[in-house]
Amino acid sequence: MDPAWDEFIITGEPFILAGQIAILVTTIGIIFILTYFKKWKWLWNEWITTPDHRKIGIMYIIASLLMMIRAGVDAMMMRTQLAAPNMPFLGEAQHYNEIFTTHGTIMIIFVATPFLIGLMNVAVPLQIGARDVAFPFVNNLSFWTFFWGAMLFNISFVIGGAPDAGWSAYMPLASNDLSMGPGQNFYLLGLQISGIGTLATGINLVTTIIKMRAKGMTLMRMPMFTWTTLITSLIIIGSFPILTVALAMQTFDRLWDAAFFTLQDGGMPMMWVNLFWLWGHPEVYIVILPAFGIFSEIITTFARKRLFGYTSMVFAIAAISGLSFLVWVHHFFTMGAGPMVNSFFSISTMAIAVPTGVKIFNWLATLHRGRIRFNVPMVWALGFIPNFTIGGVTGVMLAMAAADYQYHNTYFLVSHFHYVLIAGTIFGCFAGTIYWWPKMFGVKLNERLGHWVFWLFMIGFNVTFFPQYFLGLDGMPRRIYTYFPEDGWFSLNFLSTVGAYMMGFAFVLLVYNMYYSYRYEKRETSGDAWGGRTLEWATSSAIPPHYNFAQIPEVKDQDAFWQMKQEGVDPNGVEEYQDVHMPNHSGNPFVMCVFMFIGGFGLVFHWWTIGIIGALGIFACMIQRSFSRDDGHIVSAEEVRKEEAEIREGQANENG
Amino acid sequence: MRMDNKIDPKELEDFPDEERPLEYQTETGSLNIFGFWMFLGAEIVLFSALFGTYFVLIFRTDSSVLPTELFDMGLVLAMTFTLLTSSFTSGLAINEMRLGNARRMMIWIGITLVLGLGFLGMEIYEFVEFASEGATLATSAFWSAFFLLLGTHGVHVAMGVAWFIIILIQIKMRGLNPVTANKTFIASLYWHFLDVIWIFIFTGVYLLRLVIA
Repeated sequence: MDPAWDEFIITGEPFILAGQIAILVTTIGIIFILTYFKKWKWLWNEWITTPDHRKIGIMYIIASLLMMIRAGVDAMMMRTQLAAPNMPFLGEAQHYNEIFTTHGTIMIIFVATPFLIGLMNVAVPLQIGARDVAFPFVNNLSFWTFFWGAMLFNISFVIGGAPDAGWSAYMPLASNDLSMGPGQNFYLLGLQISGIGTLATGINLVTTIIKMRAKGMTLMRMPMFTWTTLITSLIIIGSFPILTVALAMQTFDRLWDAAFFTLQDGGMPMMWVNLFWLWGHPEVYIVILPAFGIFSEIITTFARKRLFGYTSMVFAIAAISGLSFLVWVHHFFTMGAGPMVNSFFSISTMAIAVPTGVKIFNWLATLHRGRIRFNVPMVWALGFIPNFTIGGVTGVMLAMAAADYQYHNTYFLVSHFHYVLIAGTIFGCFAGTIYWWPKMFGVKLNERLGHWVFWLFMIGFNVTFFPQYFLGLDGMPRRIYTYFPEDGWFSLNFLSTVGAYMMGFAFVLLVYNMYYSYRYEKRETSGDAWGGRTLEWATSSAIPPHYNFAQIPEVKDQDAFWQMKQEGVDPNGVEEYQDVHMPNHSGNPFVMCVFMFIGGFGLVFHWWTIGIIGALGIFACMIQRSFSRDDGHIVSAEEVRKEEAEIREGQANENG
Repeated sequence: MRMDNKIDPKELEDFPDEERPLEYQTETGSLNIFGFWMFLGAEIVLFSALFGTYFVLIFRTDSSVLPTELFDMGLVLAMTFTLLTSSFTSGLAINEMRLGNARRMMIWIGITLVLGLGFLGMEIYEFVEFASEGATLATSAFWSAFFLLLGTHGVHVAMGVAWFIIILIQIKMRGLNPVTANKTFIASLYWHFLDVIWIFIFTGVYLLRLVIA
């Protein structure tokens, strides 16, 4: 495939033109601001090359928020197109197909997953009393693979054309015959590149949690978010390689005429569907379990009670992670695998409701007779419980294979997975961000605005998606770009669109709140912004010093910091400071990932030379890394003592 | 279920680091080894997906040439012995490393490298032969799965060879120390893993074809 030069950049679509102008203006704006304020060096030294888990976490969260804006605009456009019958808004089906494909792919791969990984990066090393993750270099590499993978995917809509085969990219729809042009190649290579980073993060976090916990923190004393991170990372290790293989096969089919999923030459399109969901269903739990962990942290903190049923919570997560690998066929009951197979997967799917139910009741029991404070993170957590339960119950309805023939491929399904992914994952991301915001930026987000955001978003969410259950039952299929007045779907669709705009407005308000609070809110003085129970709140300053803890605290209880406060132990009352070993900065991962991007871009257009240049660049970076001596550096006891003294002085000035 | 009365094994590890094997002496080193085991876990999943696909597509040769007509068991046996022997010699290299004998260790790594390259040479020869008989990645579903499974293994072997070469240079430059020892140990883990995968390929891909048509 060698597109003519005048077809290379997409032209003639007003929305894409707007996108192109927006990209150009933003790029020029960023370059101008960085140059004007002389920030290039700062950006490189402080952020791009950083091994610091907190900064990498912040970069993940910012990038995910930007991706959420992009995929959110996609959602707004879809809802506008469906607001009324025969809408001329998007013009043609092709454009709509591209938009729902990129919306789904970006929301799952480039929003939900990295957002949660960002929060894990910020919180987990602090929660277990570690100074960083096990492999800080790899952590930086993971971020940049995600970033450049996302960039490769995102440029598709202005260069070459966006993928249009749905986020699940079923074959043969995604084959060269039915998805012409390079769009689907962008999907395959963008996901492949960012998938490498996700797998590396999984390995990194398992090693960190297993090997680097503070003294006294047994597995059964770990905070619940750390537990969910551990299990999630194990699911990543068990499932992401399957995606790697599936993507590779489809890439071979499209680029080198292999016959894995083709209709001719003995290929088997069903194989793609199986492999995709063998990864895809565990992925669902990759994005929900950490959210469960976040809610557990928030509910215990703001109910000021120990988590009810800690052990059963751990077993429930473990059970969910095991079952998550045994349910993938429920995504395609209607493909006719036979009653035996469908029954098995129907039952295994319904079984997941049991451990999930255990968790719901544990949260409710934790709230019972707690001294509840209704701060913003807590409201999100409380909003999560009923809304997620609606998603869960409809999930069990869909799990019944016989009934699924009615719901399959309708808006009932669309509504179901938005109820679990928004009320679960997105509520969790927002709640976690607001909860750990003072850890990241040393300031709380404004509470008044925060409550407005919550209510607008939560009501908007229900107005958007609740009507979709009824649209689905009324027979409206998903992925259609328009409908007729006589279908009778107008009023509910219109309502749904109104709700979508409410959610969009709430999101804008949330982003504004981040800016507003940074400018006007009072700075946090202590490390313990909310009266926390776990170690991340035990740091000497609001934003932890770069070595996290001058002295690694000793853990004696499940709620380690709470117990210290009860007994009047000061975790930062260090008698004798010691040298601290910290990792070095490195620009290697950034360069390596730029080469991944270049190589991937070359493959998208069958430009083999560019592909080879990318591969050679990657190898050169790997060899450079292997030969470089990187033993980290020592922060001397004297420097640690000085920094801690400065922190204390600053706090005394604030308070005095 | 609180585990208060259990002793954290970390508290018992008060022996000096020098008493551990060289590759485990630094904290980073032992983290690297643990992390690499996790990575091998992911590799097992990767190859499971490839094997799964291969077995699903095993009879889907369409109208293309059949594997029974092409498989040369003599060559395969030679490849198997070469790779298995190289796994053994890499083990001997680690043994010499533990004994602190850098020169002998490098010799065994060198022999491992030669065997690895020999295996790769035979595999490339086999693929070229198959291609000349009309079996390529694009021939049929079966051959796509065959070449992806064996190709992935072959690329892994090639990466292992390059990796051992880089490590050899580093041992030559910097001598045997906790860092180079750690790298060699991990590379040998990887090499043994590729050997295990080959055993599954040997039985699941080649031997199986002797008994089913």
